[in-house]
Amino acid sequence: MSGADRTVNISNGNSEVNDRTSSIVKYVFFSCALVTVLTTLAIILVLVQGSFVFFREVSIVEYFTGTDWSPVIRPRSYGVLPLIWGTLVITLGSALIALPVGTATAIYLSEYADPDVRKVIKPTLEILAGIPTIVYGFFALSFITPLIQRVFPETGTFNAAAGAIVVGVMIIPMVSSLSEDAMSSVPDDLRNAAYGLGATKFEVSTNVVVPSALSGIIASYILALSRAIGETMAVTLAVGMSPQITANPLESMQTMTAYMVQIGISDVSIGSIGYQSLFAVGLTLFAMTLAMNLFSLWIKSRYREEYQ
Amino acid sequence: MSTETETPFGEPTDDIERKRLIGRVFVAICFASTLVGIVALVALIADVLYESWGWVTWEFLTYPPSQVVENFMPDARGAGIYPAIVGSVFLIALTAVFTIFLGVGAAVYLEEYAAESRLKSFIEANIANLAGVPSIVYGLLGLAIFVRAVQMGSSLIAGALTLTLLILPIVIVSTQEALRAVPDSQRQAAYGVGATKWQVIRDVVLPRALPGIMTGTILSLSRAIGETAPILMVGASTSLFVAPDGLTSPFSAMPMTVFDWAKRPEPEFQHIAAAGIVVLLTILLLMNAVAILIRNKYDPRA
Repeated sequence: MSGADRTVNISNGNSEVNDRTSSIVKYVFFSCALVTVLTTLAIILVLVQGSFVFFREVSIVEYFTGTDWSPVIRPRSYGVLPLIWGTLVITLGSALIALPVGTATAIYLSEYADPDVRKVIKPTLEILAGIPTIVYGFFALSFITPLIQRVFPETGTFNAAAGAIVVGVMIIPMVSSLSEDAMSSVPDDLRNAAYGLGATKFEVSTNVVVPSALSGIIASYILALSRAIGETMAVTLAVGMSPQITANPLESMQTMTAYMVQIGISDVSIGSIGYQSLFAVGLTLFAMTLAMNLFSLWIKSRYREEYQ
Repeated sequence: MSTETETPFGEPTDDIERKRLIGRVFVAICFASTLVGIVALVALIADVLYESWGWVTWEFLTYPPSQVVENFMPDARGAGIYPAIVGSVFLIALTAVFTIFLGVGAAVYLEEYAAESRLKSFIEANIANLAGVPSIVYGLLGLAIFVRAVQMGSSLIAGALTLTLLILPIVIVSTQEALRAVPDSQRQAAYGVGATKWQVIRDVVLPRALPGIMTGTILSLSRAIGETAPILMVGASTSLFVAPDGLTSPFSAMPMTVFDWAKRPEPEFQHIAAAGIVVLLTILLLMNAVAILIRNKYDPRA
């Protein structure tokens, strides 16, 4: 490659200087790219090191099997399951909304909508993904929860249902946009072949397009779920700060992320067990989202060539 | 419905009727689903505007916050979101400087220098993974590295560096796309008249890719300005009465202030939080409008 660099510069004859500049510049650019690798390493190092301090005081078994979470207020207990439960309820609840709605939206946009209509609707839906999550938290408190309370008067100010609904709305565009991209890239030959066999548009959409785009659709599902797991401000405001394992979505719960916010705005002293618990919970959260993101990448690369 | 013309082979017409019905129901369901997202967006915006009606005043934009509800009311002493607006603007300006330098540098390395190698695909896979890390984890990173280890404290610069790392993956990917869109023939032409690689990048590739880079960067920055969790972990203040005046001064930011107001029990603070959201969304809207204008002006495909 360096052969291309070694050209005679007719205008000023400074090719040696330029050559050296080129190689310095290359290393500057390379170090910029290296920052991203260092970021990953730093995240892992910080989380593991902080968790290590935490697990010197707390047994890992208690952490993963205990059903009481109270690392700051006595009597202290360190079972993370209530936080994982809260995260799970929000994630599954939001999936219940976003996956069907997002997929149906993608089918409509890709298969049925007029191109002009699609050009308007797709960016409009993507606005949903651009709204700060704190705004969704406000929306849950001031609009969704009062709405739920009208139907179920026993609903608390903070409740899991409102959190799941706003997170569901928030991730609709992730599902719809990425799935629509996958469906649009299914070649028309496949559709036409099915029409030629006498299939209806409904049959083409559900039996040809969706299965052909399945890897892209599933990748979008996983990305959306991973976003729901990591979602912080909306669930902190909407779901509240009561770590508990309950099947009632009208009650307050606490997610892993909301717990981290709770410690973040409190004045626990640095180095205390409450402070160190941040890193243990952070590592748990990071491991969950990392696994899902890797899975999504794997699905995309594993099945990419199939329909191209 | 002229069903008889649709069945030249004498098949039972009710079967076709049934299929048509299924088809119509299916379209209706898909269309209704599309409306769900749009209705939610309209409801959200209407809710914020309704709750904030009459609370976004000149005093709200120009006064520091207050613990007392009455101060926010018309004809009162005046209270608002001013230090948070300035804090957010400083925060984003700093983040922009760091992000453009690092993001463009990394993207240029990946697109213009790196050969198709294991190293390149490793770095790219790593960037894709970083984009999926929850923002609050970046907050923990900022807290442990910038605030504690490097001893920056809960300062503006610690917040800006944390937000930089958060949006860096998105900026790199969008910049890579912009660089890839520069036709190779232009690079070859520059090499042909004797330019060095660095000259080609500086004088040909980057100027051509600039609109795309700007669009992607502004969109990423508009995500950063709405982020609460990372700066919360870094220690952004909720009750700051003066605007930050230096890199190391403590800071507040709009989403942080909105969070503080929204979690208060007094019903008036709901209106005040909504007013803060209106200011935040207005600034977001402006940033997005600028990005779209740049794209439409320079993108030949638009």
